[in-house]
Amino acid sequence: MTIRQRKTHPSLWLAASLFGLGMATPALAQEDDPIKVGILHSLSGTMAISETVLKDTVEMLIEQQNEAGGLLGRELEAVVVDPASDWPLFAEKARELLAQEEVDVIFGNWTSVSRKSVLPVVEELNGLLFYPVQYEGEESSENVFYTGAAPNQQAIPAVDYLMNQVGVERWVLAGTDYVYPRTTNKILEAYLKSYGVADEDILVNYTPFGHSDWQNIVSEIKAFGSQGKKTAVVSTINGDANVPFYRELGNQGIDAADIPVVAFSVGEQELTGIDTGPLVGHMAAWNYFMSVDTDANYDFIDAWIEYTGDEMAVTNDPMEAHFIGFNMWVEAVRKAGTTEVDAIKDAIIGVSVPNLSGGYATMMPNHHITKPVLIGEIQDNGQFSIVWETPSTVAGDAWSDYLDGSRDLISDWRKPMECGNYNVVTGGCGGQAEQVAAE
Amino acid sequence: MRMLQRLLPGLLCLCLLCSLPLAAQAQDESGQALLASLDADSYAEKGEAIEEIIESGDPRSRRWLEALLGGKLQRHKENGRFVVVVENRGRHWPVVDALSFEAAGEMSRRELDRVGINNALRGQLQGALAVLDLHAEAVEERRDAARALLGDIDASLVEPLQAVIDSEADGEVRHLLEQALAIHRLAQGDVAAVDALAGSLNSQVRAALTAASRSDDPTLAQAASAALADIEQKMRLNRGLETLYFGLSLGSVLVLAAIGLAITFGVMGVINMAHGELIMLGAYTTWAMQQLLPGQPGLALILAIPAGFLVSALAGVAIERGVIQFLKGRPLETLLATFGVSLILQQLVRTVISPQNRTVVTPDWLSGSLMLNEGLSLTLNRLYVLGFALVVFAGLMLVMRRTRLGLEVRAVTQNRGMARAMGIRATRVDILTFALGSGVAGLAGVALSQLTNVGPNLGQNYIIDSFMVVVFGGVGNLWGTLVAGLSLGVINQVLEPWAGAVLAKILVLVLIILFIQKRPRGLFPQKGRAAEG
Repeated sequence: MTIRQRKTHPSLWLAASLFGLGMATPALAQEDDPIKVGILHSLSGTMAISETVLKDTVEMLIEQQNEAGGLLGRELEAVVVDPASDWPLFAEKARELLAQEEVDVIFGNWTSVSRKSVLPVVEELNGLLFYPVQYEGEESSENVFYTGAAPNQQAIPAVDYLMNQVGVERWVLAGTDYVYPRTTNKILEAYLKSYGVADEDILVNYTPFGHSDWQNIVSEIKAFGSQGKKTAVVSTINGDANVPFYRELGNQGIDAADIPVVAFSVGEQELTGIDTGPLVGHMAAWNYFMSVDTDANYDFIDAWIEYTGDEMAVTNDPMEAHFIGFNMWVEAVRKAGTTEVDAIKDAIIGVSVPNLSGGYATMMPNHHITKPVLIGEIQDNGQFSIVWETPSTVAGDAWSDYLDGSRDLISDWRKPMECGNYNVVTGGCGGQAEQVAAE
Repeated sequence: MRMLQRLLPGLLCLCLLCSLPLAAQAQDESGQALLASLDADSYAEKGEAIEEIIESGDPRSRRWLEALLGGKLQRHKENGRFVVVVENRGRHWPVVDALSFEAAGEMSRRELDRVGINNALRGQLQGALAVLDLHAEAVEERRDAARALLGDIDASLVEPLQAVIDSEADGEVRHLLEQALAIHRLAQGDVAAVDALAGSLNSQVRAALTAASRSDDPTLAQAASAALADIEQKMRLNRGLETLYFGLSLGSVLVLAAIGLAITFGVMGVINMAHGELIMLGAYTTWAMQQLLPGQPGLALILAIPAGFLVSALAGVAIERGVIQFLKGRPLETLLATFGVSLILQQLVRTVISPQNRTVVTPDWLSGSLMLNEGLSLTLNRLYVLGFALVVFAGLMLVMRRTRLGLEVRAVTQNRGMARAMGIRATRVDILTFALGSGVAGLAGVALSQLTNVGPNLGQNYIIDSFMVVVFGGVGNLWGTLVAGLSLGVINQVLEPWAGAVLAKILVLVLIILFIQKRPRGLFPQKGRAAEG
């Protein structure tokens, strides 16, 4: 892909440099150079199952943008690197993108641990990162735009739904052992306890990445759920460990009607590897499902199927987040008239673009966006049927209201505040972000 | 044309006085009305509509409810016609008319609106279908239906179920239905129902009793608590057995992964870091066989057993001839070289096949679980793998103890010079032994494809565990590998419930390190001349 797009470019570049030899102003070189879009997604390793399609999505969006005449009269060019599900490698690859390739923007990352690894690099080299996945919050960086859901846009509404509509009283919080599940579960625990859920009605369980032996845990969940109170599992299990987890659920006969599992990291893409027959009725909370019934969504699906050449190709929530993020960035570049990072950072706040579920997504001053929250139940064809949605869009909250230390923080990157962790009590910038994240 | 269509039924009636089309039309109208009421906005209204359909006694109601349950009942956005989707994958779906059940061509998903349901409605539908299934021909179906009704009974069902019990011939169905009714009575506060439920291990029964033990009525609460304590006693035994089974199952996976290494590392003394990748090759062979035989995952899996053995054995021979034979007696260099081979194999799979995991289909006879009693069931895929591991072990023991090859292998490893002097071709034995060990790794891969993800990293996840098992069991001793694998599995699963998966793994490792400190030669050290070999 990269190679094909580069083909037209050397001759142009040569011409430009010959012309501009005497008065080689940077501006001229920039005029004719393509705009470089970095893609930082794992194409191998345990996260490849989820991240490969995101790379393809950005490439598709770039192709569409180029067909529509590019941006500011310049071509877009994808620069793809593979950080291989290796968290420190993410930082290295981000440095490569920003320092060597000099990309104008990066779309990338899935796991929070990889984002945390990239964060100092992007801040040091003043890059732009669009992060498309739901995450634990407790972060707001000047250089990062969070187009996935914050906890108040996914986890909290999902738990509300289970509590109020399904009547769940006992909770299993099961997750992979890293920063996103741990922080999310901490927020959820605090939230549940604020509604009077007792300690013994919450079971927390962590497993390593790529865990494959789920017998004991599933059996424990089964025993925990047969105590006469309605029980649900809130799953923050990430990556390919989900396949054996759901397989074990099916084999041990845990029915969604008895103990529903609501997942925050399982979408259409992850379900393609599983026979979903035994999983019908288990749930997921996202801000988009492939089954959303709008023309914008069907157009996106058709384009995606055409791009991949696979009639059975599926779309999912982080793909929509990239769709929104990419369009927001394009809009901001148009507004600012340049791809210069600081200008984009100012221009993008307040930008609204259509999402795929029939509404609009707006970039908020805290670098999070507005999203509707949807709850879907798994169907036997690997799709979700939407059973509940918020009446309107919800704005992402960077700092959770349910954790001590984070409750008093707000984030606003507009001038004159320009602070990602302003403490409204002490009135100073630089809250206890580190402490909360490190816990 | 459309005019004609609309007029046609009327015309026919008028002219021919034929009652048939009229009846059909009336049926269509009532059907359309019933379905239209299903397409309500709130789930509560939909629930009422389901009741209405059941009460209507319409012969099509069962098919409607099944379609609704499967999310296949859909409505055309423009003309409001209801259809049942036959196959809902891809963009264009073949549909049948929901009233006549005649094929109605293909429709795109853009044109259709699904009649959605949620878990509560799904429960209601399953209950309704289970009631219908109580009259099924096959006993198995009736039993499943009765089991599905446990905990799902409301007042309206009590009388019809009583009638079913009276006419039911099968004892188990009767028993299940009586329990279902007892759960209902218990929820109403009937103390006598506790007796009917006593001793049952069913989770619905336990849930009902737990709820009753928290009741305000002291006699009921006491009776329920007593019955519950009795059940808990039985459950404790069950849980112990279950943990043992989990442990043996995990252990069998460890044994399978390690047993090939027990040959190449244990008997031959070659440190083969590419052992994990030989397992991976076996798993990919299973996937490849399933691609070659689409639609027959079971047959493909069985054929993959010899194929996986062959592929890995050949890869093993290539590694032995290409790398290991030149590094004989230099363990450190062998370790580094085979580590390189393992990286090459991983990258090869990534480049040639895909960096993404491949889906290996689990055949029907490997899905689900074997129910020993209401409280204890064994998952089938793991049961088969446990059996497979034991068969592979027995086969390997047979080869090593009872065949000429086994004798020669033992001779060459104990005293190479002497064996050669006796006329044994040591190089040939080396190749065959390494092929055997590698082939067994391939068998492990075939089995693992049913339990875990098939991807380029599969081998890496098992290489450490494999070495751990072989060293723990005692290098060079196949029995040691079996005992070590199974006991590590059981220890791990016993620790897991209270330590968590991450800590349990760490504890097992610490345990092994301490053990090796005490007994460096493992559980079953080799004695006598073999030990020096």
